[in-house]
Amino acid sequence: MSKHPMQFVPSADFKERARGALDDDKLRKSFRGAMDFLQAKRRNQFSDEEERESLRDLGSAIRKYALANLPDLLEQLERKLTANGIQVHWAETAAEANAIVLDIMQRNAARRMIKGKSMASEEIELNHYLGEHGMECVESDMGEYIVQLAGEKPSHIVMPAIHKNKADVAKLFEEHIPDTPYTEDVDELIQTGRRALRQRFMEADVGLSGVNFAVAETGTLWLIENEGNGRLSTTVPPVHVAIMGMEKVVAKLDHVVPLVSLLTRSATGQAVTTYFNLISSPRRPGELDGPREVHLVLLDNGRSQAYADEQLRSTLQCIRCGACMNHCPVYGRIGGHAYGTTYPGPIGKILSPHLLGLDEAGDLPFASTLCGACSEVCPVRIPIPDLLIRLRNEAKRNPNETVATPLRGQGAKHSAAERVVWQFWSGAFKSPKAWAALRWGATRLRAFTPGAQAGWTQHRTPLKPAPRSLHDLLKDKGQPE
Amino acid sequence: MQTRTYPPKPSNVYLFGTCLIDLFVPQAGMDAVRLMEREGVSVHFPQDQSCCGQPAYTSGDAEAARKVARAQMDLFKQDWPIVVPSGSCGGMMHEHWPKLFAGDPVYGPKAVALAVRVFELAEFIVNVLRPDYSRARAEPCKVALHTSCSARREMGTRGHGLSLLASLPGVEVVEHVRESECCGFGGTFSLRHPDISGAIVRDKVDSIAGTGCQRFITADCGCMLNISTAAQHRGVGVAGTHMASFVCERLAGESA
Amino acid sequence: MNARTNMLNKLRAAAPRGASTMPDVAAYYAGRPAATLAERTERLAAELTASHADVRVVSRAGWAVDVARALEEKGVRRLLLQSGAEGQLLAGALPAGTQAAEFSRPLEDWKAELFEDVDAGFTVADCAIAATGTLVHLCGPHMPRTLSLVPPLHLVLVDAARIYATLFDAAAGENWPARMPSNLVMISGPSKTADIQQTLAYGAHGPARLMVFILRAEGEAA
Ligand code: SF4
Repeated sequence: MSKHPMQFVPSADFKERARGALDDDKLRKSFRGAMDFLQAKRRNQFSDEEERESLRDLGSAIRKYALANLPDLLEQLERKLTANGIQVHWAETAAEANAIVLDIMQRNAARRMIKGKSMASEEIELNHYLGEHGMECVESDMGEYIVQLAGEKPSHIVMPAIHKNKADVAKLFEEHIPDTPYTEDVDELIQTGRRALRQRFMEADVGLSGVNFAVAETGTLWLIENEGNGRLSTTVPPVHVAIMGMEKVVAKLDHVVPLVSLLTRSATGQAVTTYFNLISSPRRPGELDGPREVHLVLLDNGRSQAYADEQLRSTLQCIRCGACMNHCPVYGRIGGHAYGTTYPGPIGKILSPHLLGLDEAGDLPFASTLCGACSEVCPVRIPIPDLLIRLRNEAKRNPNETVATPLRGQGAKHSAAERVVWQFWSGAFKSPKAWAALRWGATRLRAFTPGAQAGWTQHRTPLKPAPRSLHDLLKDKGQPE
Repeated sequence: MQTRTYPPKPSNVYLFGTCLIDLFVPQAGMDAVRLMEREGVSVHFPQDQSCCGQPAYTSGDAEAARKVARAQMDLFKQDWPIVVPSGSCGGMMHEHWPKLFAGDPVYGPKAVALAVRVFELAEFIVNVLRPDYSRARAEPCKVALHTSCSARREMGTRGHGLSLLASLPGVEVVEHVRESECCGFGGTFSLRHPDISGAIVRDKVDSIAGTGCQRFITADCGCMLNISTAAQHRGVGVAGTHMASFVCERLAGESA
Repeated sequence: MNARTNMLNKLRAAAPRGASTMPDVAAYYAGRPAATLAERTERLAAELTASHADVRVVSRAGWAVDVARALEEKGVRRLLLQSGAEGQLLAGALPAGTQAAEFSRPLEDWKAELFEDVDAGFTVADCAIAATGTLVHLCGPHMPRTLSLVPPLHLVLVDAARIYATLFDAAAGENWPARMPSNLVMISGPSKTADIQQTLAYGAHGPARLMVFILRAEGEAA
């Protein structure tokens, strides 16, 4: 696995990385095992189809409502949080978000950060940035910790170390944690991780976390986890900084109720996770623990581009459950690292073009069979295949064409040669005469069908037209028109 | 996918043959005609038809797709059902034509009106024609079923395929591992990402072969060609038969 | 403030015009058959047990003795108590080997001690949720956040009369939106992880063990 990226690699190398992953038997086994496991667990949670579908309807309506009112809700959230004593920061870009976090640390003379799981912090590459400024960031989610020790990035948004097996972790721990003998006993490995991180929680000056939902009505950050590291990160250090994509706000506290049910059941097939951690303020007078300062960084980083387009806006309904990747035949074959982006799998393919531009992420929308397994399981009903097709159109569009809601990197996959192919194709198929001629040629000249057909014959025998087309056969039969 | 209501059995239908069947598996089209005629329906085949436009649509060239789709839309003048012996093409016409022409003052309403008349073959046979296959050949036969993903999700073809096969005496459908998983075809995906596509179809071939059935039945020519040629490439004895052809085969010798 | 203005302006320019109707979550959950107190108690116990918690149903008169016995079983030497009547009652019933103290100092004054020396924490849950086996803690002056988090064993007392059927019922019944504490925590089992090859392991970063004592409701038979 170490041949996979340590740092962000632009998705231009997507094909190459995919090929590498396909050749890695161990990796494919890891993903297959994990996906079968997660699929079965999700299925068990949703045995009542009617309940599932009605809950998905509700979840989708709640997210749509939140997006329809996004600017108002963000302002309300800010008001409520501020009244509760939580400081709100706005970041248009990854660089701004990083600078805000650094500034908070510097003002508190902080040097050590303990991190709960946060994909937004991965997205802005916070660890790297803070590291460059002399700060020490330690991941505390077991999966993230493993990935950090390995010098890698998460390969899944819910289970970051899904690509690693016990033996990999055993080796890593033996190598990186003093006095740790090699063992593949998972309980022992977890206890080793726990011991190694305990001290870090105590010493940390700042705790950083993501946010699953922010409630505008009450000014509450709702965090979901199993391990307790999220609670420790947001409770023990004197300062807590939360980062969230600005779309994660919902209007009402009770709107979270169906969403958490959908989230935990879709993500890991759990009816509930061990902890729901609802943070509404820093330590109040008279309280004995909890951070003295709590900050929330609201991150745009390209989300407003998706927001601007009525169809693409639905991308932002996502609640980051990861079910789409757990069910994706492509993700299951190539794993998360091949995508080269923070968010892999189907959600990554529809989100990354906004975060990175089609010039960097333009390959991703094409790397799908459009089978629809993702949208079938998506708890908030994001029509992922439709969005992929739309993004394909935007990537192919003439870069100079003016459109109502232009996307960054429009036309990055525009190819004059391919345009010609499709023009020829549409010319042939839109004209009955041309199609008849083509049929005639293909069936009569079938003996000359090439044995090598671009891409196809790498894994298949060549396609050969039949001696007579259906048109011919039915004409002979005297079929009425 | 919405649950749809079905019309009573009509006297006339249109067949939309699809370009893949037209060129590569015309017998499937002929068998589809035969199955509908067996029920006393007169089948019309407008000779000017070609393709539903799906290849360009899914490749991100909506303009090219519209050109081709538009050329089909005026061919079905009578208010008869349009039967498509390929689920994903049926899905294109039923689900995506309305989206493709949304906002088009002429073709938009046309696409919507056409969409409700489009049926996948097995769906049409099971829900509208309701044939009696009880006198078909009865000797036991085990097959696997593969449904195209988009068709299953847009048209519910898995259910229709299973019901149709269940109405045939002696036919047992053996479920394969991860039956609902994609075969890796994905239209131009198979050409654009041959490695990934190849890995997916390899697993599909293995899982069908794992049932011990040498044959799988499908109502989708793209998937069928993909899986069959991939099996052949590796010398694995698995081959696909189109649903229409399989049903005809089971009806062969039936006293008329 | 520049980023704020830019972000909001972009969103405002793109936000759909016209009102959208607020989804009615209450309507969705309405009309479900109400569970009796006994059913709720049973479900809570069953769900918590399934989540690897050790659950005991105890009487109002004798719960402290039951908890004390459990502490002895587990060999707890240093117990940390939530301040309040229940804590005091328990303190009076402790086995000889167990030393108890209330959580009464600010965390930073004794962080290392809390992390290293305390064997168990005792809390009284505000309420519970049967459907998911969840214990609700409203953290505040008398309920420190770390009490239910740092010690490796967590003992919780919960009144059966305070068990709601679902999360929705609890949030509505307790009117949470109007009385959000600084930290509301829901706990549904001991801390766990499946981050290594999907193998479930307990005691990730929070308590490895969770013991739940459900106070039988008044008038209910033993
Ligand atoms: S797109 Fe849907 S399925 Fe995928 S992570 Fe988001 S919410 Fe989950």
